[in-house]
Order: sequence, then structure tokens, then C-alpha cells
Amino acid sequence: MHGNVELYGKLCFKTYCRSMSVSVKERIISACTLSHIRLKKSPLQTIGEEQTQNPYTELLVLKAHHDIVRFLVQLDDYRFASAGDDGIVVVWNAQTGEKLLELNGHTQKITAIITFSSLGSCEEKNQLILTASADRTVIVWDGDTARQVQRISCFQSTVKCLTVLQRLDVWLSGGNDLCVWNRKLDLLCKTSHLSDTGISALVEIPKKCVVAAVGKELIIFRLVAPTGGSLEWDILEVKRLLDHQDNILSLINVNDLSFVTGSHIGELIIWDALDWTMQAYERNFWDPSPQLDTQQEIKLCQKSNDISIHHFTCDEENVFAAVGRGLYVYNLQMKRVIACQKTAHDSNVLHIAKLPNRQLISCSEDGSVRIWELREKQQLAAEPVPTGFFNMWGFGRVNKQASQPVKKQQENATSCSLELIGDLIGHSSSVEMFLYFEDHGLVTCSADHLIILWKNGERESGLRSLRLFQKLEENGDLYLAV
Amino acid sequence: MISAPDVVAFTKEEEYEEEPYNEPALPEEYSVPLFPFASQGANPWSKLSGAKFSRDFILISEFSEQVGPQPLLTIPNDTKVFGTFDLNYFSLRIMSVDYQASFVGHPPGSAYPKLNFVEDSKVVLGDSKEGAFAYVHHLTLYDLEARGFVRPFCMAYISADQHKIMQQFQELSAEFSRASECLKTGNRKAFAGELEKKLKDLDYTRTVLHTETEIQKKANDKGFYSSQAIEKANELASVEKSIIEHQDLLKQIRSYPHRKLKGRDLCPGEMEHIQDQASQASTTSNPDESADTDLYTCRPAYTPKLIKAKSTKCFDKKLKTLEELCDTEYFTQTLAQLSHIEHMFRGDLCYLLTSQIDRALLKQQHITNFLFEDFVEVDDRMVGKQESIPSKPSQDRPPSSSLEECPIPKVLISVGSYKSSVESVLIKMEQELGDEEYKEVEVTELSSVDPQENLDYLDMDMKGSISSGESIEVLGTEKSTSVLSKSDSQASLTVPLSPQVVRSKAVSHRTISEDSIEVLSTCPSEALIPDDFKASYPSAINEEESYPDGNEGAIHFQASISPPELGESEEGSVENTPSQIDSSCCIGKESDGQLVLPSTPAHTHSDEDGVVSSPPQRHRQKDQGFRVDFSMENANPSSRDNSCEGFPAYELDPSHLLASRDISKTSLDNYSDTTSYVSSVASTSSDRIPSAYPAGLSSDRHKKRAGQNALKFIRQYPFAHPAIYSLLSGRTLVVLGEDETIVRKLVTALAIFVPSYGCYAKPVKHWASSPLHIMDFQKWKLIGLQRVASPAGAGTLHALSRYSRYTSILDLDNKTLRCPLYRGTLVPRLADHRTQIKRGSTYYLHVQSMLTQLCSKAFLYTFCHHLHLPTHDKETEELVASRQASFLKLTLGLVNEDVRVVQYLAELLKLHYMQESPGTSHPMLRFDYVPSFLYKI
Repeated sequence: MHGNVELYGKLCFKTYCRSMSVSVKERIISACTLSHIRLKKSPLQTIGEEQTQNPYTELLVLKAHHDIVRFLVQLDDYRFASAGDDGIVVVWNAQTGEKLLELNGHTQKITAIITFSSLGSCEEKNQLILTASADRTVIVWDGDTARQVQRISCFQSTVKCLTVLQRLDVWLSGGNDLCVWNRKLDLLCKTSHLSDTGISALVEIPKKCVVAAVGKELIIFRLVAPTGGSLEWDILEVKRLLDHQDNILSLINVNDLSFVTGSHIGELIIWDALDWTMQAYERNFWDPSPQLDTQQEIKLCQKSNDISIHHFTCDEENVFAAVGRGLYVYNLQMKRVIACQKTAHDSNVLHIAKLPNRQLISCSEDGSVRIWELREKQQLAAEPVPTGFFNMWGFGRVNKQASQPVKKQQENATSCSLELIGDLIGHSSSVEMFLYFEDHGLVTCSADHLIILWKNGERESGLRSLRLFQKLEENGDLYLAV
Repeated sequence: MISAPDVVAFTKEEEYEEEPYNEPALPEEYSVPLFPFASQGANPWSKLSGAKFSRDFILISEFSEQVGPQPLLTIPNDTKVFGTFDLNYFSLRIMSVDYQASFVGHPPGSAYPKLNFVEDSKVVLGDSKEGAFAYVHHLTLYDLEARGFVRPFCMAYISADQHKIMQQFQELSAEFSRASECLKTGNRKAFAGELEKKLKDLDYTRTVLHTETEIQKKANDKGFYSSQAIEKANELASVEKSIIEHQDLLKQIRSYPHRKLKGRDLCPGEMEHIQDQASQASTTSNPDESADTDLYTCRPAYTPKLIKAKSTKCFDKKLKTLEELCDTEYFTQTLAQLSHIEHMFRGDLCYLLTSQIDRALLKQQHITNFLFEDFVEVDDRMVGKQESIPSKPSQDRPPSSSLEECPIPKVLISVGSYKSSVESVLIKMEQELGDEEYKEVEVTELSSVDPQENLDYLDMDMKGSISSGESIEVLGTEKSTSVLSKSDSQASLTVPLSPQVVRSKAVSHRTISEDSIEVLSTCPSEALIPDDFKASYPSAINEEESYPDGNEGAIHFQASISPPELGESEEGSVENTPSQIDSSCCIGKESDGQLVLPSTPAHTHSDEDGVVSSPPQRHRQKDQGFRVDFSMENANPSSRDNSCEGFPAYELDPSHLLASRDISKTSLDNYSDTTSYVSSVASTSSDRIPSAYPAGLSSDRHKKRAGQNALKFIRQYPFAHPAIYSLLSGRTLVVLGEDETIVRKLVTALAIFVPSYGCYAKPVKHWASSPLHIMDFQKWKLIGLQRVASPAGAGTLHALSRYSRYTSILDLDNKTLRCPLYRGTLVPRLADHRTQIKRGSTYYLHVQSMLTQLCSKAFLYTFCHHLHLPTHDKETEELVASRQASFLKLTLGLVNEDVRVVQYLAELLKLHYMQESPGTSHPMLRFDYVPSFLYKI
């Protein structure tokens, strides 16, 4: 409700500004800033309606779920599956938006989904979809026929994460304990009970090891495959890393040599994947920006939940972190944050992804998806202030001096900037996740039960023309008149 | 009222909404005296001015064997319509033009009376004294109690406009044939039922007599018969004879369809061949007959009566009414059809012709016409499309073959009835080839169908049906005359000849020479009807084939027939009650109310009772398809329910709106607007009842209102152009307002600018009160949105602001518009606020023509190959894009934002062309990231 008022306020603000004289404008601005406190304390960067670089000019709403859609997973070049709290999995065609399959089997919400594509050596060509649910089952589906291959219901606890070790042709399920399964769905081995909170994240690291995030701890397990000596699989706890001071929320592989973890209080640690030592530690996100003390609200809203690290993505050079409502780019070589957008969204950022063309996409609880571009700064000291600040404070020239310290503070910290080049507004509730298809655009899923397919309108138009003439040719109409 | 509204100049119609633009009243001394007939709603050009009736009407007359020609009823049944016109006199005239009492009796060489299945005859006549011209359709119905078993009737379309009758002859003929066919089908059922009752009576009488004779025989065993006994024996013999006669009659009436099919268009040589086959077939078991007889079986028990000798024919009895003759259901159906005809041909001839040309042209533009045309017309197009698909009727067996395969008892159909039902659906198609220029085409088409037809009839024949040589011969001779007459009678119709020429021709056909009556043209019985059947029969099968795949058939059905549909909707709702089964389809109706005869000779094939499970199923399917379509449509005019609630208040007190609103609003909202609201509501609710012609009617009025309100909008709001641009370019326009009536009215008006996705309803939501959602923008392109002052309304506004990039917002309360800039030239031409157009319907037509131009541009753009595909491999996308841009700009002459409009329409065209099943999904939402501006008055 509060958000509503705020957004409406913004609309009024914008509309009035266009239509009114400058003197009136001043008055309105002050009125707006006073009446919409949150607007003031979250200097959200906005882009307006003119977004020349935003390629997504076409959308298709896909409706099949009855509850929050939390997961999207790509099956192949044109298909993806969606799953959520209603317990159903739907397979879609990303090109046409056509619903291909609906997989019904879970009675409660789905907690994890992963695909298990067959290896070249394997005789089975079909792709398997593994889903874990709060009903304490894991179901293996045939992704092509919607057939339920097998259902495993011997779990003591809800499986919260699934991971596939392609090299060993096994998959792991992590709940309160960690189980190892082979493709035929035989339980190969399992660990003892680890914790009641369960494993929150699980990734594979080299040397047949996996790292699991359990509460504040990181536990390294090693898998022992059957060799000449023993025919049994085994899983051994190798090491516990206790460097995080709060719950670990995110864990991904950076490359073959390192992985990164993020915690609830904004600790970012990069680990060596081979010897499990800490490579770098970053805790700068919890930066109260003392220079901004004139803006008390800003300080107020820098609560701890605003700096929890929800999601990572990375490329060769950088780790991108979704920290609270902001986005941070951490350079692996320089071992420091090179760009940041402290309030990239109105609310927590839930998922981010790096696109090939230096673009970063983020989605958030505020229901929007934003597209950013990482730009090199020409001069280090030129314009370090995020444009959001500029837009908001520069407008009325009231707070000019307030923005100056920010500039100073960040001068040495950032060398790049994240520029907002577009936003996608469609969902009416938090956008849980998205999936990027090189050829078909972007798929977003949300708590409003919808999935939206965002497409490049121009390209789609061209493709439709192509199909049109193909069909004309098929019908024999093409050369009739010629 | 009577003629096209734009032609009428001096008369004052009930155009309340015109008032703001009326010229100031002239001083008394300059005023022109009113046109004397103005009170009747006529115009100076109206041909009616000389006539004694105020407008066209339909008259049904009978040549009663007791009192002679007498008028039975008129449609519309309103004395004001025909005024002082002498119906009795005119009945005499029209009945005397062609009195074809069908010849029944004992033809030479035949032992039993024969029914003669005469074709209807169609005559055009003029009565200069009465100032009336009429299309007269004669038909004969059977009545067991009538002399010669026949009752001659005629239906006449009476108009003061001779040209209308002449030029619409084809259409009139087609429509009246349908009505007549309906009547006759009902009559055949009724007659058969009558015969069966009679047979039962006779059978019972024979049994009684037989027992009496036996008793007498036993009583005197002297070896000779008393005179009494001889009398009894004679009586018995005459009863026996009567039974045979009636059985024969029954057989004849049941074999009607086969005979009719067979008899048509076969030359006498073939005839014998057929007879042979027929006789062979009739000796073997005859499945068709069994199919037929089943029809007459399921009926309530009838207690036979004893028939007194020599009471077989009585003339002093009161004759049956038309309704009794034809079975109430068929009768009402016929009346519905007739009033449909009356609606159809209402109005000035030029208006009729224009709309026919219009429809014919629209049919040709099947790629683009879905965009802006109403669905009624689009449906017509679908009919045409379906029709144009050549069917292979001869391969696909006529209904009877499939009927035999389905062993479900108690289903009631005969080849005849089924066929005729389909016929009645399809005859209209012919009418669609509206005017003269198409008639030639039509004729050739028809004749080209012939060979197949013949095959088909032969096919029917092979299966064997009872036929008697004589009747075929009779038909044959009739036909042979028709072969000659067909060509010239049609020719005389196609060219509007001068009366003299026509008269001379007419004389060659008929010899009727009474002073005031001039027979302009006659069409001997076979001349036209066979054409109807030719046209309809193959397509009847065609249509039947198309039922199972649902939608198309359903729509087709909706478009082409109206009255049966009324019945059909009933069928849907009361499927289970036998009395209602499929009234529309002329099936089954006769079945109830008739009883199963336990042991009728004709009923021996009871094991094959099964017949026909499939046709009713098909109908049901079709019905479902129908409903699906309408459910889509239902969704569109939004809150029908609350309109029902909210509406009566306005209806009762139209002035309260005026009172409660400020002046600027009242200018928008006067009585006529309320009625426009009425009409829009009426039209939407009539959509639910799938009847075509009331919808069509209201849509005419609807168009007028919509045009008028659109015109008002354009005049009142200086920012009408960007708003219309939003609609044309596919950006959803939200009309925000507190008052539902105003919002609805404007939405209805602006809907004329909204391109449709497919051939279903326009993507317009007239009234929404809940916050909008992204789905709404994908689905709707024009939304009327309720502004709520309460906190609950904040959600609505929030949603609106959140999705502002997808919408243009027209705020009616504050008179503002928030939408992207428009600088094109297209919309100013479409919506010029200084336009001289004053009438809503004129403006509607103007918009239609402009939009059609636009469509053709979009078509060109979409289907120009080189614009979208690289001409060679190395061509870059940029080059293609620049070629597109230059084409749009230079070739199509589009400026700035106009390009967007054409591009949007092109996308719709592409989607529509590629869609396998039209209308199943909503297209994607396309949008641009362009800044919006706020416009104020």
C-alpha cells in the first residue's frame, strides 16, 4: 500500500512537472519530497519512458501457474521449464510462448529444479528434469514426454538443493543431509544429519568435491567413486570453513579455481577451489556512507537486510553481486568493487545475470526487471555519482552539496559505472527469476503467478515476415500473381 | 426509416442526437410546406408516396376451396403498415397469377391417386391501380381433407418499388424458398402423420367390418349372402381400397426427397434408367425407407376411430389453418424467416444494393477485412470462403449413408428432413451474390455444378428409394419446359428491362390479362428452384462435413441463417426435452406428437431403427462451437450483468442524467445518448442469444450511434488525434471516468477505430472497475475504467501509473489525455473536427472507407516480398530496414507516426494469416518506449 502511494506520487510528480511552469515546479517538488518520504530515502535511478537501448518491445504473458513461480530452467535452445509453489512444472516453447507440457505430481511447492541432460556416452537421449518438493519427494521427469520416470520419497527432510555432477554421472540432493544418486536413481551414499536448517546451497568444485553451505558454515565433501578396491560409493566430509559470520545465502563457482560465497550481512568471500583458502574478502557493502548523514533516512534504511547478498553472477573478470537493493561489481583481479549501484531497485534484488554484451540484468521484489550496462569510466574522477542521485538531487538544486561527498567517497572506489539502459515493467509482484535466451529474449517469472516472455519486437517482426512468406510459398500463393 | 438515412433530406427522423447541429429555424414565411407524406415517415423520392401502404410487407394468402382467395396474415402484423391497401383484392390478384393446383387424382394408367410434388412458382407482378408490386411465391401444401389433397398458398413480398422487386428477385426467391421449404417440410410431416392416423382408422374399421362379416357369415351358413352381407363386403372392399390408397400416399409423401432429388435435371432418357434401378432397389430391402419411416414412429398413442363408409372426404368441414397444416414449430419458424426477410429487404433499393456490393467486395478481402469490419460481415466472409472451397459431394455419401451406420434408436430424422434443413441454411448463399453483375457468374457456377449433382442423385438412387414412374414423368415434363424458360426468365431479371419488354416476355409464359394486373415476369415452377437446390445441395454436404471441426461450421451457421438459430439455442438449452429437439433443423420435430405404430407395414425394418445418431450430434457440436465463440464475445462487452442492473434506471428516467450533470457533460449526454447506451446494451445482450438479424439490426443503429458519438468526441476534444492514433497503433487507450454511462458511450464510439485481432469481437472492454493488469493490455486495446474516489481506487491508479508505458489515458473527468505525441497526417483526415459530416452513420462510413484505405496500405506493406526479405545473401538487415522505411514514406506516403500504424496493422495481418485457428490466442503486446505527453483542453 505504501509502495502504491509512492509510485502514484511519482507519477503525479512527473506529470505535473511536464505541464507546469518552473515556479510551480519548485513548489511541487518540495511537496512531493515531503509527502513521499520513502521516495527521498531511496534515490532510485529512473529512466523514464524513452529507452532507446531497450530492445524488448514485445511481450507475451504466459499463464499456467496458480501460485508463485519461483524457478525457470532452460531445457534446450527453445524450451524452458517453470516451477513454483503450486507444485506443477510447465514446459514452454520460448519462441512462441506455447505451453508444451504440464508435469503434475508434486503435492506441495517445488523447492529445487534441475535438468540432467544425458551425456554423449549415455544411450538415453532424452533430457531429464529433476524436481524436489516440500512434500519430501524428488521426481524425475522425462522432459520430452512429461512422463514421470521415477519418484523418490524416502527423504527425511525437504530437499532444498539439487546438483548434478556430470563428470561422475551422479546427482546430489541436499536437505538436512546430503545424498548421492546415480542416473538410475539408486541411492549411492549419504551423509549423516548435518543440521536442521539444511543445506542452502551446493556447488561442485574440482577434485570430486562439493561445497555445501549450511548455515554459517561451508562444508567441503569429497565423493569417493567405486574403484578397483571398493565397490561402494562414499561421501566424506573434508573440511569446514567457518569464516562467515552470518548465514550464507549464495554460493557459486567463479571458475575452475575459485568459488564465491555471500552472506546475510554482506560478506563476500572468494575461495580457492583447490585448497579451500580464502582468496579475498569484501565487506564494504555495509557502508553506512557517513558522508550522507544529512540524509538521515538513507542511514536509516541501511539496515542489515539491505546488504544481504542474494545472488551472484560472474564472468571472467568480475563477480556481480546482488546486495540488498543494490548491485555491485567486484573485480577479481583488482580485488575491489569497481562499480556499484546502491539502490538499483526499490526492493531486494533477487536474481541477476550477465549478458554477453556487457549488460547486466537484475530482477527484484519490486516487480521490475532492469537492464544495466557496465561502462568504463573515461576519467576516474569524472562522474562517480550514480545517475540516480543526480536525477533526484540535481533536479531541484536543493541538495547539491549533499551529493558532493558521495563523489569524493567513491572516487577511488569505482572505475566503472552501471548505467541503467532500460527497465521492463509487467509483473505486479516480485520477479523471482529470469532466464535469458540468446535467440528468443528474456523470460521472467513472478509471484503474480505469471511468466512473461520479453522479445525484441523488431526481430520478431522480421521473423514473422519470414514465416509469412514461407507459408505463402507453401500455399502456393507467392508466385501466383507474379 | 425507410430509405438510407443519408439520402433523406427533408424529413425529420427521430434523430435526437442531431439537434446540436441543426440549422436555426427559418422564419415562418420562408418555410417550405412540409412534404404531404412526411407524417408517414416517407421521403419525396419514396415510391411509396403513391401507394396505399406505408412500407413493404409480406402477405400470405390462400386460395381457399370454400371462400376463394383470402389473405391470411401479413408481416409485420400491423394494420398501419398496409394501411388502406385492399388485401382481399390483392390476394385475389396474386392467387390468380399462378394457381397451380397440383394434380391429384387418378391419372390415366394409374390405379391410385398420385401426389404431385410441384415446385413452387415465383412470379413478379405489378398492380398499377394499387401502386403495388409484388414478388409472389406460390406453394402447395397437402391436406388430407382438402380437395385433391392440396391447399394452394402464396407468400407475397409487396413493395411500392418495382425495381426493388425486380433487382432483388434472386435474393427474394432464395429467401422465400427457404421459408417455403420450411413450411412444406412441416407440412409433409403433418400430412404423413395425418395419413397414418387415417390408416389406423381404416385398419381399425376394416377389423371391425371383418369381424362383423365373420359374424354374419357364421350367422347364416346357408351358402348365399344376404344383401346386408354383400353391402358389408363392399364396404370392406372399399375400406381395403382406401387403405391401399392411403398407404400409397404415405409412401409417396415419404419418398418425396428421393424423388425430388432424382427427378431434377435428368433428361427423360436417364429417367427410365433410374426407374429400373429404383424398382430393383425397392424390391430389395430399402434402408432409406426405413430411415424415413422411423421418423414417423415415435409418437404418442393414437386411438383409432371407426370410419363411416363414404366419409373419406368431407367438404363441409372446417379447413385446417396454416398453422395446423404445417405443425406449429415449423410455422413459427417460417414466420421468423419471413420477418427476417422483411427486415432484410427493408429500406431503399440503392441501400440494399450498396450493402450487397459492399458485402461481396468484403468477401474478396479476406486477408485484411477482419481488422475493422464487424463480425457479422466477417462471418459472411467465412460463409463465402467455405462455400468457395469445392466440395466433393458425390464421394462423400449423402447423409443417409452415414445414418444407416449408426445404430442408435429413437433418433428421428429422414434423409428428406435432414436435407431440407441443410438446404434451408444454405439457400441464402445464392443471395449473397447480390446484384446483376454477379448473376451471370452465379449462373455459370450453378451450371458447372450440374454434372456432379447428377452423379449425386444417381447415387441416391442406387441406394434405392421408392419411386413411381408417373410422378417422375410429371416432374420430367415440367422440367423440360423449365429448361427452356430458365434462361430467358433469368435474363429478363438480370437486366432491368423496361416494363413493355418484360410484359411481352411474360405473355409468352402466362396468359393473364386483367386490366390492372400486369405480370412482369414469371418463373415457371422449375426455373429457379432447381438452381437453389443445385447451389445448396453440394454445399449442404460440404457444410455437414465441416461441422465436426467445430468453429467454422458454427460461425457459418450463425451467419447464414437466423431464425433456425433461435431454435438452435433452444436446442442447446433444452437438449433433453424431446419436444424441443432441434427445431431449427427441421429434424425430429414431427416425431413427438406422433405415435409409434405398433404394426404398420411400412415399419417392418424396425431393426434398422437406428439411423441417425450422428446428425444430431453434429448439431450439438456445432452448437458448442457456437457457444465458445460467443463466450469470447461475451467476455468483450464486459459487464453485461451490471449493465442489466444499472440500466433500467436510465431507461425509466432519461432526464435524470441531464439534471445531475454539469453543462459540459450534458452536451455529451442527452437522451439520444442514453438510447445509444440502450442500443449498445441491447446489442450486446442480443449477442448472447445467437440470432443474427436482431443483432444485425441493432448493429446498424449501433453504428450510427457510435459514429455520432465519435464525431462528438472529435469535435469536443482537441486531442482526439493522439487518442485515435493510440488506438490505431495498438497502444491501449484507457478511458477513465466516474460515470459508467459516459465511459461506456465513449468506449463504444471509439471502438470503431480499434483494429481487431481476428474475426471475433473487437479487443474492447467497455467497463472495468478492478485494477488493470498486464494481461489486460495484452487482451484489450480500449478499456473503460472506473475511477473510484475511495482508497480502493488507489490500487487502480497505481496500476495505471505503473503500466503507463503501455497505455494512453483519457481522463474524462478532468478532460486530459496522456499519450505519445502524434504528428502524422492520417488521423487528421480520419477525424477532422471541422468536418462537414453531420450524421453518425455518414461519419461511420467515412471512417470505414478511410480505414479500408489504411488496410490496403498495410496489406501492401505486409505482402511486399522485397521489403522484408533480403534480395540477396549479402544484403544487410540495415539495408532491408531502410528499404522498408522508404517504402512506407515514399510509396505509401506515410508521415512520422503514421508509419507505426501501418506497422502495427501489418503485424496483425501477419499473425492473422499465419494463425492456424483464428482467435484462439491473443497476440503479443507490442509497445514502444516513447515519452508521453499530457494534453488538456
